[in-house]
Amino acid sequence: MSTPDFTINNTWMLISTILVFLMHLGFAALEAGLTRAKNTVNILFKNTSIVAIGLLTYALCGFSLMYPGDFILGDWLGFAGFGLNPGENWNTPSYNVGYTYYTDFIFQAMFAATAATIVSGAVAERVKLSSFLLFSTLYVAIIYPIAGSWKWGGGWLDQLGFYDFAGSTLVHGVGGWAALVGAYVLGPRIGKYTRKGAHPIKGHNMPLTAIGVFLLWFGWYGFNGGSVLSANPGAVSTVFVTTTLSAAGGVIGSMILSWYLSNKPDLSMILNGSLAGLVGITAGADVIDPATSILVGLISGLLVVSSVLYLDSRKIDDPVGAISVHLICGLWGTLAVGIFSTDHSISIQLLGVLSYGVFCLASSMLIFYLIDKLLGLRVDEQEEIVGLDISEHDMEAYAGFQIFNVE
Amino acid sequence: MKLIIAIIQPEELPEIKEELLKNKIYKFTVSNALGQGKEVPLTEVYRGIAHEISLLKKVRLEIAVNDEYVDNAVDSIIKVAQGAKDKGRGKIFILPVEECIRLRTNERGKEAIG
Repeated sequence: MSTPDFTINNTWMLISTILVFLMHLGFAALEAGLTRAKNTVNILFKNTSIVAIGLLTYALCGFSLMYPGDFILGDWLGFAGFGLNPGENWNTPSYNVGYTYYTDFIFQAMFAATAATIVSGAVAERVKLSSFLLFSTLYVAIIYPIAGSWKWGGGWLDQLGFYDFAGSTLVHGVGGWAALVGAYVLGPRIGKYTRKGAHPIKGHNMPLTAIGVFLLWFGWYGFNGGSVLSANPGAVSTVFVTTTLSAAGGVIGSMILSWYLSNKPDLSMILNGSLAGLVGITAGADVIDPATSILVGLISGLLVVSSVLYLDSRKIDDPVGAISVHLICGLWGTLAVGIFSTDHSISIQLLGVLSYGVFCLASSMLIFYLIDKLLGLRVDEQEEIVGLDISEHDMEAYAGFQIFNVE
Repeated sequence: MKLIIAIIQPEELPEIKEELLKNKIYKFTVSNALGQGKEVPLTEVYRGIAHEISLLKKVRLEIAVNDEYVDNAVDSIIKVAQGAKDKGRGKIFILPVEECIRLRTNERGKEAIG
């Protein structure tokens, strides 16, 4: 029997699911905007196929790896069987007061697809399509859900008291570590680092980038708001406020630092800054108070700009700033829970962050290494110069438009 | 018959167009171009990295005229562009034209241009 509360809760969870789904359009627009016109079809192709891969693998095995119920190997690994197994009472409050089994699955499946998408921006404009799709499939089907089970599935980190509300580490950190490894093993795009230092390779469409960022911010109300796992009025409205204030703080933090460092205010940096603030507050959106959330956002904004510049100085080429936004601010946000919430310990937060780091670095290195042996990771030089749209897809993004391909 | 090719600053185009019309030159073609001349390169900043842009945005203006209109055309362009202090304002090239054909009527030469 369904009660009004159950129906309201479940409806909010499904609305949140739709909002998180929309974030995929945000990622697609943002990544297309910050890269060159000759690689746009390829970016959109990747971002569309990853959503499909993320959702299908989550239905096949991801959901039951991430929420196994009982663990097989200590509290590190469990598996509840292939496919979806709703069981009895799946659609009543006795499954969960906040949602049905299928709502649970589809909300979490959208998250899984998000984690996989984070990598695509960092490896853009040079990764071989087939290799990237293979990597994403393995990473989102196996690594993401196992990592997630440690906390959200009730595994060992959960039992130690590690806290990650909506996934600063579990989603953004896990995606971010793979993005770092991907950008590192692929090497920079041709022409990015010359003897004279870093040479900018400009994104071809700032309006599209801005649209992408606003769509992501919009979707984040579902990402964080839905992570309350019910329509609890107090909790959801608190999370809306902390999420918003941190995003705003991120814009201001990145504005101050980029304006100070380069004498001119940089649009791409404040767009990254808003996402930085969102990633930063994601771990503690329900336990950090609104005033503190502004500080979390401001620091995220400072971090994202410093990180973009630092990665460039280390010749790690991340065309869209995915590592800085998702990994660096994901780490920061997870630690911020330990710093600003009296109920959580900084040392356990640190342990969680390090454990995810080791697991994700090792597994993504292994997967990238194997794929490199099997298929190769990078398109050849001529293909990269011509652009992946033509070399990988025999198709152009702007047929009928005049595009200046001079870099 | 002459073909006048002028490389001008994009922001000068509206005024030059007005001058051309005043001087009874009604037919021309305009396209975007990138070029570098004597000007100081522009410094742009993208994601914290400052860099010099030496290929700058220009407009390429093409006007085919009968000989007696060459001065009109050139004067229109110079009137707007002359006197600027900064370098790299552009150039005018004048080339002889062998033949001109109007597509609709198959007229040739002087009639086709006018």
